[in-house]
Amino acid sequence: MLSPPLVLGASFAYLLLLFMVAWWADRRAFVGRSVIGNAWVYALSMGVYCTAWTYFGSVGRAASGGVWFLPIYLGPTLAMVVAWMVVRKMIRIARTYRITSIADFVASRYGKSPLLAGLVTLITVVGIIPYIALQLKAIASGYAVLTTPLGESLSAGGGWWRDGTLYVALALAGFTMIFGTRHLDTTERHEGMVAAIAFESIVKLVAFIAVGVFVTWVIFEGPADLFGRVLAEPKLKSLLGLSQGGNFPYAQWFALTLLSMLSVIFLPRQFQVMVVENVDERHLKRAAWAFPAYMLAINVFVLPIAFGGLLHFAPGTANADTFVLSLPLAEGQNLLALAAFIGGLSAATGMVIVEAIAVSTMVCNDLVMPLLLRTSAFRARPAADKSAAMPTGLTGLLLGIRRVAIVGILLLGYLYYHLAGEAYALVSIGLISFAAVAQFAPAMLGGMYWKGGTREAALVGLLAGFSLWIYTLMLPSIAKSGWWVTDFVSAGPFGITLLKPEQLLGLTGLDNLTHSLFWSLLANVGLYVGVSIAHRPSAAETSQALLFVDVFKRVGVEGGRQDGPVFWRGRAKVADLRALVARFLGGERARRLFDDYARQTGQAGSGQIVPDARLVQYVETQLAGAIGSASARVMVASVAEEETLDLDDVMRILDEASQLRAYSRELEEKSQSLQRATAELRAANEQLKSLDRLKDDFVSSVTHELRTPLTSIRALSELMVDDPEMPKEERQRFLGIVVAETERLSRLVNQVLDLAKIESGNAQWHDTDVDMRALLTQAAQTTSEMLRERGATLLLSLPKHDVPTIRADADRLMQVLLNMLGNAAKFVPAEGGRVELRLLTDADGLTVEVQDNGPGVPAEQRALIFEKFRQGENLAHPPSGTGLGLPISRQIVEHFGGRMELRADSGPGACFAFTLPWTRTAAPHAPRAVATSLE
Amino acid sequence: MFNALTAQRLVATFICGWLLFSFPLLALFDRDTTLFGLPLFPAALFIVWAALIALLAWVIEQGEE
Repeated sequence: MLSPPLVLGASFAYLLLLFMVAWWADRRAFVGRSVIGNAWVYALSMGVYCTAWTYFGSVGRAASGGVWFLPIYLGPTLAMVVAWMVVRKMIRIARTYRITSIADFVASRYGKSPLLAGLVTLITVVGIIPYIALQLKAIASGYAVLTTPLGESLSAGGGWWRDGTLYVALALAGFTMIFGTRHLDTTERHEGMVAAIAFESIVKLVAFIAVGVFVTWVIFEGPADLFGRVLAEPKLKSLLGLSQGGNFPYAQWFALTLLSMLSVIFLPRQFQVMVVENVDERHLKRAAWAFPAYMLAINVFVLPIAFGGLLHFAPGTANADTFVLSLPLAEGQNLLALAAFIGGLSAATGMVIVEAIAVSTMVCNDLVMPLLLRTSAFRARPAADKSAAMPTGLTGLLLGIRRVAIVGILLLGYLYYHLAGEAYALVSIGLISFAAVAQFAPAMLGGMYWKGGTREAALVGLLAGFSLWIYTLMLPSIAKSGWWVTDFVSAGPFGITLLKPEQLLGLTGLDNLTHSLFWSLLANVGLYVGVSIAHRPSAAETSQALLFVDVFKRVGVEGGRQDGPVFWRGRAKVADLRALVARFLGGERARRLFDDYARQTGQAGSGQIVPDARLVQYVETQLAGAIGSASARVMVASVAEEETLDLDDVMRILDEASQLRAYSRELEEKSQSLQRATAELRAANEQLKSLDRLKDDFVSSVTHELRTPLTSIRALSELMVDDPEMPKEERQRFLGIVVAETERLSRLVNQVLDLAKIESGNAQWHDTDVDMRALLTQAAQTTSEMLRERGATLLLSLPKHDVPTIRADADRLMQVLLNMLGNAAKFVPAEGGRVELRLLTDADGLTVEVQDNGPGVPAEQRALIFEKFRQGENLAHPPSGTGLGLPISRQIVEHFGGRMELRADSGPGACFAFTLPWTRTAAPHAPRAVATSLE
Repeated sequence: MFNALTAQRLVATFICGWLLFSFPLLALFDRDTTLFGLPLFPAALFIVWAALIALLAWVIEQGEE
């Protein structure tokens, strides 16, 4: 055993640590470096689902029912699979309309009904009490196990003032107040709390796994040994199966899975951490699988611990709910037992803190405030109200209500623990609460996906479901614990057997949980749907239904400002609205909110704000964050002159809003297409400019090329004119040069004209069926003489089979071939030159290659070789061509639908090649600006 | 927002998980054998559970926005 002061000291030290974590996170948030803006922290905070129930109760459940503890975690896993669709929609709705609790969500959806908000709050408070009691019971019995000497029975003697559980409840209440109600925020965000909860999730996971490892590998010799011993005992072995001897109750398995699936979404604390405290919708993406993975991790060792305890202790000597503590204790591992207790404390406090904060917000906003606002003192004198002048407004009152609510909730939990806690195992208590929150499912899910649900329907459905829950589950749980007559459970009220709470209308064959769930959800769903379709929804219901169901479609947020439809018409004064906000949130906050609004609407200052429907909506949404949507509606209505909208008005406003959205979308599209057009024009302009530059270059290149021969002709002619005495041989030589230069000139001019014609598309083409074998042979014959003069040999390699003819201009192709061969001849070395002319064919067309063994084309010139007036550098020969041969050849080949290129990696020497397709698909020929301008 | 394909995959994963965790598929694992010394039924439940989480993680993390 451990000494009570040690356990208490460790517990308080842990709570202090927790508080420091929260304080640190709040400080970080204050300086703008939030720790909770992280998907992992978000997922860990969802781990608040795993409470003392998981920590202690699952083991107890497994010890009596084997795998029956699992549906409670399989259901949430399945719910998380569709969380991206369902929970994300809840987050979006809650963020858009500043919804801070489930009660607010339901009330807001059904026309901001205060009655509905109150009912949901009531159900939550009553429903959640057993769950709080469960946590208190777990901590109390855990403490008792730790501090009672081994072998002695756990005694709880003395009066209520000596009952530790009461002090646990009060300590937790105090702690929750410190956490959750230090300041008031219109978004109800608690950064510090979320950080502390995430921290607690780690603590409880580590502690539980530590115990699991200890039991599996230290007490036993690994899982195989443990389960081997279990399988050897027939009594324990039967626990491991599904049916456990009898028929497997599938209905109960199904009910548990469904119940936990709904609970993980609709429990107030899950709604708080998942929806209200969510920082970024995208975090849900990671949390959707990380949270189920967390549940898997914390459940892996449940069966080993449970069966380890069953094997270790004689039957009846230890409570299976506290095996986590008693196993380490029995082995003398006091420190591990203390760590395990801290883990359990972690699980329990996490749940209590979040749950109490969530429920107290509901009680304050949806139960107490509407009642307070109805009192004449609150309504009559808003102007004379002293609180408006205070810097913090009614914040103090709101926080006070919440604090009282927190204490109240914990004391009610303590009361239930006293009434019914002793008779039930932990898990059974928790399931009662699950069944209560499952009642929210029809109104919530229906409200999110079905526009037809009405206020009356939700009200009637919830009432019926809740009443049946009380009658079939809650009351029997109290009756069975011996505090009350049990006759009405066993024989039915007044002896009417048809009304027996656990066999309503004689329905038997179900366990009491499944039975209760069946009747309550049947009545709930049936009435919700039935009443909804019985009559037409009102204007307020329709407008809210549209805003909720179509939240992704209708409401866009631009710069923090909603642009959805505003269903409000009337007159209001800016000063009145401002006074209203100041009254609840304080003058300072009111000033900031109105400045924000002015900035959003593009006004210079808050003095220029126009009191239109959007301002009223803004004020109402801000107030809703602090006092709930139903109360906010009442308050705004009290300072504004409102016109009642009928259904036609709602439809008209909706039309206008969607038209406005359509217009703005159209405008956006137009401006986008305008931008596109501008970009296209700019690109075209750039192209024109570069073509113009090319043309200038071309003209200057041509004149330059013309000037060289002209200069030499003129120089030689002048020499001959000046010196009539020139010897005849020299004169003859000069005249020879003049003739050669003139020939070069005319060749140049011809080629320029030729290129211009081809480029502009004005060239004459005489297409015939060309036999390429014959053409190549002819080209080889024509150039063989020239090549021989250069000391080079020509190799002609043709395919053996016949080559189909192609449709082309034979003279033009010959021009290309001669150009390629001429180029090759220019670059072959003086000794041992070799030129190869090849014809290859394949399915698509034919390829002609001319390979020489010259120096090849340097890599840096490869890209430029087809440009006009670029000539390959040859150190042996000065440039003797015009620099237009290759560009013209390329143009010709492209005219016939082919491609001309310089083969890369063709070994030593250069290899020019062109391909021609068998059939020309299209003549890819566009007239070029350069050529046209030259004509 | 996710494209429609990811949403369809999520719904399919949900149906798949629901079927595996309920009658009659659940009963298929209820046999009197062991897997590496562990009783088959609980081991199978945990393995199916882990596989479902892995599938969910794959679908949702690689989903295009």
